[in-house]
Order: sequence, then structure tokens, then C-alpha cells
Amino acid sequence: MLAMFFWAFVVGGLICVIGQLLFDVVKLTPGHTMSLLVVIGAILDGFGLYEPLMDFAGAGATIPITSFGNSLVHGALQEAEMHGIIGVVTGMFEVTSSGISAAIIFAFIGALLFRAKG
Amino acid sequence: MAKKKKTAEQKEYAKIEQKHELKRPVLRNCIVAFLVGGTICMIGQAVTYFYIYFFNFTEQTASNPTVATMIFFSMLLTGFGIYDHLGQFSGAGSAVPVTGFGNSVISAAIEHRTEGFVLGVGANMFKLAGTVILFGVFSAFVVALIKTILVQWVGI
Repeated sequence: MLAMFFWAFVVGGLICVIGQLLFDVVKLTPGHTMSLLVVIGAILDGFGLYEPLMDFAGAGATIPITSFGNSLVHGALQEAEMHGIIGVVTGMFEVTSSGISAAIIFAFIGALLFRAKG
Repeated sequence: MAKKKKTAEQKEYAKIEQKHELKRPVLRNCIVAFLVGGTICMIGQAVTYFYIYFFNFTEQTASNPTVATMIFFSMLLTGFGIYDHLGQFSGAGSAVPVTGFGNSVISAAIEHRTEGFVLGVGANMFKLAGTVILFGVFSAFVVALIKTILVQWVGI
């Protein structure tokens, strides 16, 4: 269990370093960097490489934004197995729904509770 | 669209700009991003174990409630203005984890509240995060489509 925390720290930290290098060295804007990381996550899952990383690093792989792309592909493939090619569209948000719904719900609650500063 | 050719003055200006541009402390930024990003993921791991032990999730399914919980934390931190400082300090370390995605949605919602709930909050909520969703969904669509065709029709 402690090893899991360690690997979550290392892998999650390294993914953030990749993001920081894209900021500083390639000079991408945060928007471009996030989009690129999501696309990378989707492609990695296409080759079946993200799942082993998640088994290995736990939250180190599920917390960075790359896992968003991964779980989109995952949902699509799951549904595609059952319903064929149409499942690619219908299953896309199957796995990711918690992230998006949480973002929407908490953002609205936040807008109700908090006021902008300055 | 071809790039416009720079005039002599513009070239001169670019040179001066390059000379005075602040060197980014890449190494320092990377170390901070590593530490902050790693810490956020470690907190995520603790939340994952919390769901596994108390709510009977498995290692595979626990990532969903974990992500939701992390976004909840990020709502609190954003609302109290802590996440902004963290973002300035740690760059990608706080932007790349899913909390950064939550922060971009939530800060946009809070910021535009003065314009009303429909035209302000509703219309601007995904201003920053929309690009992540768009490219995520589209790339996932392409990847899943190719893989499904290869697996089901070609039979690899």
C-alpha cells in the first residue's frame, strides 16, 4: 500500500513535469497543453498502454488529465463491444461521466456560494 | 494561410524582444511541478483507498468517485482563492491533475456570476475547459473508431 502511494507520487509528478516542459520549453499555452495531454491519453489507451499504467500507479495515472482521454476511449470501446460501431458514439461518456458531472454540479454550487474576488 | 513576411523593423523588434525576454527557470518549475503534482496524486490515492475500504469499490471503479471528490476539493480551494496562488506557484503541477480541470470550470463559473446565471455562469462555464472536452472527445472518437473497425471488421 505504501508502494502504491510512492508510485502515485512519482508517476503523477512526472506527468506534471511533462506538462511543465510543454509550458516552458515548447511554449504552449495551458489550453494547448491540456488538449495535447488529453489526446495523448486517448492514443495511449488505443494501444492498450494506459491500463497497465493505472494498475501500476493508481491515482498517479487516474488523477492527471490524461486519464480523461483514456476513460473516454474506454467507455467507447466497452459499448462498441456490445453494440458494434454505434457504441463508439453512445458509450463515449459512460466512464467519464463522474468527472464532467462533478465539474458541472460543483461549479454551479460554487457560483452560488462564492463571489469573485477583486 | 501563409505567414506575413516581417518588415525590417519587425525583425529588429523581435531581436530586442528576445534579448529582454525573461529566461524561464525551467528546472525550478519542473521540480515544483513534480512535487505539487505528485502530492495531489498522492491525496488522490488516499481518497481511492478511502472508497475501496469504506464503500466497497474495486481498484478499477474507485477512480470515478475519486475524480469527483478531487473536483469537490478543488471547488473549495478555488472558492476561497487558494487555488489561484497554488497555480501561480506551481504551474503545471496544479494544472495537469483533474483538479486543474475542475478549477478552470469553477473559476469561470464564479467569475461570470455577475452577468447572471444563464448568460454569465451557464454560457461561460466551459470557456476554458471546453477545449479539453472537445479534443478529448474527438480524439477518443477517432481512436475508438479505428480500434473497433480493426477488431470487429478486420479481425485483428
